Amino acid sequence: MESDILVVDDSAAIRKILQRVLRQTGMAIHAVYEAGDGQEALTLMGTQKVDLVLSDINMPKMDGLQLLAAIKASDHWRHVPVVMITTEGGETKVGEAVRLGAAGYVRKPFTADQIKEKLAGILEPALPL
Amino acid sequence: MNLQPLIIESINQSVINVFATMLGVDLEPGEPSVEHSAPDTNDGVMSFIGVAGAWAGTGSVSCSPLLACRVCSQMLMTEANSVNEEVLDTVAELTNMIIGNVKTDLEKEVGPLGLSIPTVVFGKNFKTKSAGTTEWIVLAFHWDGEAMLVKVCLAPHEKSAHLLPHMLSHAGTLEV
Repeated sequence: MESDILVVDDSAAIRKILQRVLRQTGMAIHAVYEAGDGQEALTLMGTQKVDLVLSDINMPKMDGLQLLAAIKASDHWRHVPVVMITTEGGETKVGEAVRLGAAGYVRKPFTADQIKEKLAGILEPALPL
Repeated sequence: MNLQPLIIESINQSVINVFATMLGVDLEPGEPSVEHSAPDTNDGVMSFIGVAGAWAGTGSVSCSPLLACRVCSQMLMTEANSVNEEVLDTVAELTNMIIGNVKTDLEKEVGPLGLSIPTVVFGKNFKTKSAGTTEWIVLAFHWDGEAMLVKVCLAPHEKSAHLLPHMLSHAGTLEV
């Protein structure tokens, strides 16, 4: 089964890189949607099926932790795994993400293999490697 | 607390790691120096990001338009011939990653710190000024003959809370 992935980052550069990296992983991906902040992400999730969210933490308007909290508070979306992808390495924000229900996190800078390994562990067996 | 050796080491590791991972480029360690807050005239692309917490200040990355385009081309695997929004966004993200990793290293010494959203300036013959008197730690990196400067200014909060508030108070691109 092919998955739909939502990439949330205020940096268009990172969204473009993740689009490429996700296509390069060889995983069964149907679509990669993009949003520039948490609000945009929630709006998009209201109209599209999303199987996994890959989100930055530090963003304007609605940050990644607020987005994560909103997803986990929703009856419709709480089953959707959210992976944080961020420069944050400190225990404060990463710990908060884990407490809120994040499925994992990847630190920037990242390699394609790191993304593949993290997503495969979460989406298996939906995304065969 | 003298954070200078830690900041220099952290900037070096962060820049080398970011360039190797995101651009596939091996850089030599940067040449460190200390710059005082006297205004300099700048040309090119400069990106700022604010650091806040028990210690606070600013981190910046600056380079020529040519190097900014080269970074964008390499990182996004695209062709960038002039400084457009994509190039500025790439430099901002580069700054976010470099200073973000430095921030994480510093948190082990000074406790939790926060990062602002980066602000990018592109222009010629512009000056930057911080209201404080704090020193800037500067590391100069070189890639194919072009220089990139990474600067960090950090001080206990009461001394640095007023640094560059006008430049860090909004996100997005400011062309001068």
